[in-house]
Amino acid sequence: MSTDSKEVLLTMKDLRIEGRADEAWLEIVKGVDLTLHRGEVLGLIGESGAGKSTIGLAAMGFARDGCRISGGEIMFDGIDMRASSESELRSLRGRRIAYVAQSAAASFNPAHKLIDQYSEAPVQHGVMARSEAEGDATDLYRRMQLPNPDEIGFRYPHQVSGGQLQRAMTAMAMACRPDLIIFDEPTTALDVTTQIEVLAAIRNIVEQFNTAAIYITHDLAVVAQMADKIKVLLKGEEVEEADTPTMLSAPKEDYTKSLWAVRSHMREEQPPVRDSTPIVAVRNVTAGYGPIDVLKDVSFDIHQRRTVAVVGESGSGKSTTARVITGLLPPRRGEVLFNGEALPADYRKRSREQLRHAQMIYQMADTALNPKLRLRELIGRPAQMYLGLQGKQLEDRIRNLLDLIELEPDDYIDRLPSELSGGQKQRIGIARALAAEPQFIICDEVTSALDQLVAEGILKLLDKLQTEFDLAYMFITHDLATVRAIADEVVVMKEGMVVEQGPKSEMFQPPHDPYTELLLSSVPEMDPNWLTELLEKRAAAG
Amino acid sequence: MAHVWGMILKRLALGVVTLFVVSILIFMATELLPGDFAQEILGQSATPETVKALREQLGLDQPLLTRYLSWLGDILRGDLGNSLANGNSVSELIGKRLGNTLYLALYAAAIAVPLSLTLGILAALYRNTFFDRFANAAALTSISFPEFFVAYILIFWLAGAGGIFPSMSNFRTDPTLSEFLYRAFLPALTLTLVVTAHMMRMTRAAIINLLASPYIEMARLKGMSPIRVIVKHALPNALAPIINVIALNLAYLITGVVVVEVVFVYPGLGQLMVDSVSARDMPVVQGVALVFAGAYVLLNLTADVLATLSNPRLVHGR
Repeated sequence: MSTDSKEVLLTMKDLRIEGRADEAWLEIVKGVDLTLHRGEVLGLIGESGAGKSTIGLAAMGFARDGCRISGGEIMFDGIDMRASSESELRSLRGRRIAYVAQSAAASFNPAHKLIDQYSEAPVQHGVMARSEAEGDATDLYRRMQLPNPDEIGFRYPHQVSGGQLQRAMTAMAMACRPDLIIFDEPTTALDVTTQIEVLAAIRNIVEQFNTAAIYITHDLAVVAQMADKIKVLLKGEEVEEADTPTMLSAPKEDYTKSLWAVRSHMREEQPPVRDSTPIVAVRNVTAGYGPIDVLKDVSFDIHQRRTVAVVGESGSGKSTTARVITGLLPPRRGEVLFNGEALPADYRKRSREQLRHAQMIYQMADTALNPKLRLRELIGRPAQMYLGLQGKQLEDRIRNLLDLIELEPDDYIDRLPSELSGGQKQRIGIARALAAEPQFIICDEVTSALDQLVAEGILKLLDKLQTEFDLAYMFITHDLATVRAIADEVVVMKEGMVVEQGPKSEMFQPPHDPYTELLLSSVPEMDPNWLTELLEKRAAAG
Repeated sequence: MAHVWGMILKRLALGVVTLFVVSILIFMATELLPGDFAQEILGQSATPETVKALREQLGLDQPLLTRYLSWLGDILRGDLGNSLANGNSVSELIGKRLGNTLYLALYAAAIAVPLSLTLGILAALYRNTFFDRFANAAALTSISFPEFFVAYILIFWLAGAGGIFPSMSNFRTDPTLSEFLYRAFLPALTLTLVVTAHMMRMTRAAIINLLASPYIEMARLKGMSPIRVIVKHALPNALAPIINVIALNLAYLITGVVVVEVVFVYPGLGQLMVDSVSARDMPVVQGVALVFAGAYVLLNLTADVLATLSNPRLVHGR
């Protein structure tokens, strides 16, 4: 992978980009240099706000609304991008530099068939005729290992699964055989098992066409599989850059080392409870929407002061289980026991006391908090409704809750959700659940939208609160690292059924159920050869 | 597609219920008006005896419910009844006027819909530029003036001394198409000015609303031109709200043009409605109200069907 002999494709010198905040321009990329050779893959990593996507888009001469490229030089194959007119840049975009977005489901236009969107760039840029582009699409769909390559292009985006869409989008980016592709977190929204297929397909096609790529991600293990060299970014500045093996084995900077470190938070597994009554017991629940059973005969217990992690791919029934427990979806068969007593299936028939004891924290704190309410009302309302607190008492309780989630009450009590960071919003979600003084909290993918370091803070907080208030958690996640960090017991779900359950220590030790094995082996590892070896092993196993 | 047909049938059935409710409301509303047809037609000098005799002759002395039920019975047999004023069949009266109203509505729509869509798309494309602001200001100005004012201004400019178009658009016999287009130009233009703002602004807003979507960014990153991004990528996803606003405005063109008809002496349904209400000519009022309600029901249904068809997620299952 020596790159010295190769031709330079893209250089950035002292790139500066500003974003508009209120009335002032604020620098968000602060003088970054970058060199990329033909056929080379550069990994850009960092937390959110590091400026990864902004730099990636700048390589296309593009700045999002509210941003502007304010300084530095961008040279693409001898073309000075900053001196080029908008129409000159347009003729490069899609034709010589292509983009693969994070969420293919959102980035495909819902109104057009895949193949129409595939053909658009080649036809509009005059690279191919429409019929030629259609044939080419089928060929690339096949290379991307999409099922039914002859037919899949004639579907609308909503008729195709997320992992397939992501591959179709990579195929679309390849349509004009660009010199450079920007991959912007292309697998972040996917399950681990799907992620592998997409990673393998992307790597394969980039090698086949000798395409250079900038691979943006916050996942180190993923970038280790994909990139020839890695650049670490922090708050718009470069921390360090090196080729992948060097970067993994001998990072220089402290920040990089902290990213590399295995998650420091690891909960001591509590021994399983055998004889006491569980707080929540799911008993032989079968439930679904319309004619389809999404859950089939699901049973598990959650005891006081224990965390049960429910894991599985999307569509495995994790969130549906939560809906049954909270009474949003009455089951067809089976029941949910709370402290040994059967709960009414429909939440409307439950008493206020029963409702109070089962609270929920959601994945997207952004959409789960009413943007028009101040924190005082967001947290105060459940305390008022369930516990009847008023006036001074209520005020004290709100302040006490803010203290618990480590936000300074005087500073935060009158803020709106929009004035908080992602991690802080999630803390408010936690405080709102705590305000009802429940015995049991369902955490639905609460850390999956957060950066690693922020997520860790949330996990620590949840852990602390559990000990303090004797809470029982049901922790829904698809991230096995989170499971390792927080669970006492694990329930593995697949296609609406529980395939394996037991204490965490047993779950991470062989022998596994085949599906658990698939899940565990799909979690990317820091070793750059991991993907290659895994694919070989799976191929050998047939 | 099956569910689209199901929706059409369900909505048509609901539409019949709507018409039924409307007929009750109109019947009661006219009952609340002071005086009745007999008093109106005989005037101030009528003796109580003649008024009573006329009422008996026309059946107006019957209780409300009896009169309503007998009217309803006739309707179900397909008979809209006869005008109290001149004994002509209501369906014939409406038929003549409805044609005129529909022609004028169609004429105005043929100008207004393409115009407002184009202006809306251009305003979205050149958003926050001088063009955008000017188009918005002009559209809002024209909608802010009362219709009759717009009508008189147009007459003053385009019909007055040495004007090009006639200020009165009544025609005695069946006009030829070109004659119709010529004579009805001013009322059609007035209506266009009245309805354009709403449709244009909705088109602009619905498109701009989508411009922050990831798929719009994707289209721009594929190097597509701004006009293509708007027309090919944003517009197809913005159709549902636009179609609904167009339908509402078309319904307005059919039912709400009384003032314009009066100003231009245009023999349409609105004028018939107003005349009949002041004469307390119940069968005609009821008949026209049903036609208006029917127009609303059908246009809204059409809008919902088209909005459904414009969304592949609703047409093609998973």
